[in-house]
Amino acid sequence: MTSVLAVLEQRDGALRGVSHEVVTAARRLADALGGTVEALLLAPRPDVKGVDALGRFGADKVTVLHHATVFARYAPEACARAVTTRATGGKHAAVLLAASATGRDLAPRVAAQLGVPLASDAIDLSADGDALVVTRPVYAGKALLKIKMTARPAVVSLRPSVFTPVERPKAGTLETPSLASGDSGRVVVREVKAAPAGSLDVGEAPIVVSGGRGLKEPANFKVLEDLARAFGGRAAVGASRAVVDAGWRPHADQVGQTGKTVSPTLYIAVGISGAIQHLAGMRTAKVIVAINRDKDAPIFKVADYGIVGDLFEVVPKLTEEIKKLDG
Amino acid sequence: MKIAVCIKRVPDSETRVKIAADGKTLDEAGVKFIVNPYDEFALEEALRRKEQAGSGEVVVVSLGPAAAQETIRAALAIGADSGVLLQADRVPADGLEVARALAAELKDGGFDLILFGKVAIDDSNHQVGPMVAELLGLPCVTAITHLELGAGQGTAEREVEGGIEVVEFPFPAVLTTDKGLNEPRLPSLKGIMAAKKKPLAVKPITLPAGSIEVLAMLPPPDRKAGKIVGEGGAAVPELVRLLREEAKVL
Ligand SMILES: Cc1cc2nc3c(=O)[nH]c(=O)nc-3n(C[C@H](O)[C@H](O)[C@H](O)COP(=O)(O)OP(=O)(O)OC[C@H]3O[C@@H](n4cnc5c(N)ncnc54)[C@H](O)[C@@H]3O)c2cc1C
Ligand SMILES: Nc1ncnc2c1ncn2[C@@H]1O[C@H](COP(=O)(O)O)[C@@H](O)[C@H]1O
Repeated sequence: MTSVLAVLEQRDGALRGVSHEVVTAARRLADALGGTVEALLLAPRPDVKGVDALGRFGADKVTVLHHATVFARYAPEACARAVTTRATGGKHAAVLLAASATGRDLAPRVAAQLGVPLASDAIDLSADGDALVVTRPVYAGKALLKIKMTARPAVVSLRPSVFTPVERPKAGTLETPSLASGDSGRVVVREVKAAPAGSLDVGEAPIVVSGGRGLKEPANFKVLEDLARAFGGRAAVGASRAVVDAGWRPHADQVGQTGKTVSPTLYIAVGISGAIQHLAGMRTAKVIVAINRDKDAPIFKVADYGIVGDLFEVVPKLTEEIKKLDG
Repeated sequence: MKIAVCIKRVPDSETRVKIAADGKTLDEAGVKFIVNPYDEFALEEALRRKEQAGSGEVVVVSLGPAAAQETIRAALAIGADSGVLLQADRVPADGLEVARALAAELKDGGFDLILFGKVAIDDSNHQVGPMVAELLGLPCVTAITHLELGAGQGTAEREVEGGIEVVEFPFPAVLTTDKGLNEPRLPSLKGIMAAKKKPLAVKPITLPAGSIEVLAMLPPPDRKAGKIVGEGGAAVPELVRLLREEAKVL
């Protein structure tokens, strides 16, 4: 029987949320192909928090391949080898990964080793006979490309926050073999400098509050940080390129063509004009709010809700109102 | 230090995308083409490494139509020593085919480093660099924002969700570059003049289509027209109400 291989991610012993999206997409595809879902997780230990619940999202079989040192941090070469080994043999119609920092690195290595094509950042996938039909953004989201992949397996990375996890219970089995080889490969992650505890990544936060040149100076980002905090740990602060290039905010926070592509539930653009390269990074947000004192700013063309006004008046007021909601 | 930099000719990021009559490709009429912005970080890094070493060679390689000679000349004007154009009329949608052609060209070049952008802003494939590394059996670090080179060994940093990975690798190696790595320089008048005399080899190739077939290029889904809720702080309560009751996101 044909099968879809879902390659999952964990961090610090817990399954990452994006893994549910990958299993959900794999289930959908497997149903269309009349096949099964196999999930593969590479981890330092066999007991990864959240793995037991994977059956709920439609995994028929979950394999936690573990090794205490090799998989302690992301080991690109060892991980690629492990996934390729698993995906060889013609049983799998597709290998699905998240288009996360790790998945983006891993997917092309796996595809090249298997000698098959890779479709990055899929936002939709379906079956056409034995082939896969994938829709993915090109030109920074200014167009979509619908492609047909005939090779087996097809490697596809999925844009995060697009495939909403759906619970479709399966009586999944779990196995936890250990990796035989202790070889991590030539490329070694020595250290992960973690962002301050509790800070959410703009690429993953359900709410993003972004600031631009309208903030006037770096210290004023405090008004956005206050607003983000009012959302109670669900919001991250993003930035336009103008303020990143000026050194006000770190590059990791930049949203747009040369920054991150985000699809949060709510995106609040503050003092951002809405240049085409900025829109490329946030136009797939579910709801967009713009606060800008120029009523003709292009950001209002993509915003669901806009307030024309001085951000230094509007944002603190908004922070107060949001605090009232949760209080 | 001998360094190769792979650069792609892409439409300017300001381009308004118009879909061609075939329904599958970009209508190139009136489109301005540039060096892929991420490849500028790769080129800048190569030039700095050569300058630091005091000697070396920077070779740019591009696969594309005859017009990509302009792209290569632009890189030569910025400071690369020579260029190679693998001339193909069509660049296939399957990035593995591009990677195979580039790998064949780079294989016996004796490069210490082979640099790529992390992504081309047209096809957004995010794949050619690491694929070339696999095909050549070289170690590879992707999307780097910081680089230090020692004797036969380098350390790079790459951004991941919620942190930065510090990665060690041996040379020769393949690296792909992200914004933040450096600030690319602009061409000088002298550079532009000098570029005209630098060697540029054109090698016609034919590429297999690969196993990705383009069915259609489509416009992105339209966002429905939004509304201005009001002006100034007075509009805030209404905004919050709409976010709760209409959009249901709070
Ligand atoms: C190759 C390339 C890649 C790029 N990639 C990116 C990218 O990834 N991300 C990105 O963001 N940009 C990117 N850009 C840059 C982009 O073109 C714009 O220059 C940039 O987005 C502008 O940033 P901004 O909106 O903060 O500044 P501005 O365009 O200067 O806008 C500031 C806005 O603030 C408003 N404002 C000022 N004061 C107030 C106030 N008191 N209250 C309310 N509103 C106020 C103004 O009305 C104005 O609309 C890229 C450009 C190129 C060429
Ligand atoms: N046709 C090409 N010619 C030269 N380099 C390319 C070409 N296509 C992609 N590359 C390189 O590979 C990187 C990633 O491209 P892609 O995988 O297409 O997103 C680019 O930044 C370039 O460095």
